[in-house]
Amino acid sequence: MSDTAWTPDQPLVSIRDVHKSFGDLEVLKGVSLDVMKGEVICIIGPSGSGKSTLIRCVNALNTIDRGSIMVEGQEVHDPDLDKLELRKKVGMVFQQYNLFPHKTALENVMMAPLKVLKQPPDEVEKRARALIDRVNLTGKEGAYPGELSGGQQQRVAIARSLAMNPDVMLFDEVTAALDPETVNEVLLAIKDLAQDGMTCILVTHEMGFAREVADHIYFTDRGIIVEHGPPTTFFSEAKDPRTQEFLSQIL
Amino acid sequence: MKYPLQGNTDLAVLKPFNYSPAGSVQDLQFSRWLAEFSPRSLLWLALLACLWPGIVLAQSNYTMAQALDALWRWLPFVVSKGFVLNLVVSFLTMLIGTIAGVILGLGQISPIRAVARTSWFVTQLFRNSPWLVLLFIVMLAFPFEITIGSTVYQIPDWLKAVFGLALPIMANISEIVRGAIQSVPTGQWEAAESLAYTRQQTLWLVILPQCFKRMIPPWMNWYAILTMATPLISLLGVEEIVTLSRQAMEAEDNHPELLVPFFGFALIIFFAYCYPIARYTLRLEKRFAIIQ
Ligand SMILES: Nc1ncnc2c1ncn2[C@@H]1O[C@H](COP(=O)(O)OP(=O)(O)OP(=O)(O)O)[C@@H](O)[C@H]1O
Ligand SMILES: [Mg+2]
Repeated sequence: MSDTAWTPDQPLVSIRDVHKSFGDLEVLKGVSLDVMKGEVICIIGPSGSGKSTLIRCVNALNTIDRGSIMVEGQEVHDPDLDKLELRKKVGMVFQQYNLFPHKTALENVMMAPLKVLKQPPDEVEKRARALIDRVNLTGKEGAYPGELSGGQQQRVAIARSLAMNPDVMLFDEVTAALDPETVNEVLLAIKDLAQDGMTCILVTHEMGFAREVADHIYFTDRGIIVEHGPPTTFFSEAKDPRTQEFLSQIL
Repeated sequence: MKYPLQGNTDLAVLKPFNYSPAGSVQDLQFSRWLAEFSPRSLLWLALLACLWPGIVLAQSNYTMAQALDALWRWLPFVVSKGFVLNLVVSFLTMLIGTIAGVILGLGQISPIRAVARTSWFVTQLFRNSPWLVLLFIVMLAFPFEITIGSTVYQIPDWLKAVFGLALPIMANISEIVRGAIQSVPTGQWEAAESLAYTRQQTLWLVILPQCFKRMIPPWMNWYAILTMATPLISLLGVEEIVTLSRQAMEAEDNHPELLVPFFGFALIIFFAYCYPIARYTLRLEKRFAIIQ
């Protein structure tokens, strides 16, 4: 545990030798990576390699067995950790959107700042409308999730997460469940965020997108990071045969 | 609010432990059966009923007309003192059973393992016990009077019966609540959790509003079952419709011809009361199914 104040020159998220098993299945076998403030990293890799498990550990949706995860200098897996405080700093967007179906788009975005952060309603509403506007959904404020397309729902989900003013955003294959036509609108929203300086950890299969927005790309296979590097070298100079095979299949 | 880490169980809330419930409480078998009761089968029943005294007791000189006349005279008494009590018992039982059942159902999904297990055990115990046995236990175990301060309150039998019937109702409502909550996809819990909702907030703001409607049809189904079961308490001497019918027949010298009119009337009045409830239950279920 670190009580020293975190400063922006230190990694915002620091993952050190993380191990995690589900029963007998060891899903993470010593993963380490750092994310600086404002950095965008992409995690790629075959299905079942533990990508989702890894990023779910960052906001304590999953526990870890060994190792350390620090967010702004705070150990995530300290038993005394205030999980709610952590989650106010870490936003997450899921593959299946997981919008609240009984609430409109606007209410979905407003709910957490209102009920969790207890911010004043007028201010929250103003910010929520601005966020919906920012993800290009002006006019859809009153729509229920069931009335929106997958891409639209996913953009509401992004806005909902942003409404908490997080310091880092986690994206878990957020375009994997979408129709091809709507993938782009969601990627654009994320790119806009990234360019705005938001720290992002993305699990994605969109290689073109990763190449474009990522500062660093990590390739995982069977619970370890096999290879990593900036996109300029990662795609052209992959050395590990597993990375090469994966890239040849997907590109 | 701080959460203790829970070993290696992620989202323990959603899978308290594995077991197979003894049949689903959510199915509306009873309402379906009741709602599909055709008027024609009722007519046949009535015809058969009219034949009964004629065949068995042909030698008697007490006629069916006299029996019906007796019923007619006793009817206001049987309904206003008897059936009304059945209804009062059904309302109160449902009220108490629902409140206790919701608490128990929420207990079943508690992240505190001991609470979840205890609630599950209590639920299974009362769901699978014969109602009459529960009734007898409560009748005999409860004190006859309660002293508060210097006043002594007599607890009427029918009130004890309410508590007896409320136990199985509570257990079945508990299962309805647990089932409905667990029917909400885990993604909803995770989304709320990652937005820093507390468990209580997640439950009350996100999960329960989504499954509230799903609970209404099975809840009504249990109300109809309960109402039909209220004559059980006549076995304990509570003066509800069946007890009063028997008292009335006794006053009419216990002619066997009285049986069919009196008990037939009891059947009809319960049917008339529960049939619309069953129809409405099924309609609601269909409507909610379309929404989802
Ligand atoms: N809660 C859980 N309980 C048991 N096993 C799990 C659990 N969550 C994940 N797993 C297992 O852990 C392994 C890694 O899963 P994970 O979802 O992290 O992979 P992934 O890299 O995200 O794959 P995908 O690309 O398919 O999303 C899989 O074999 C999966 O079955
Ligand atoms: Mg995954």
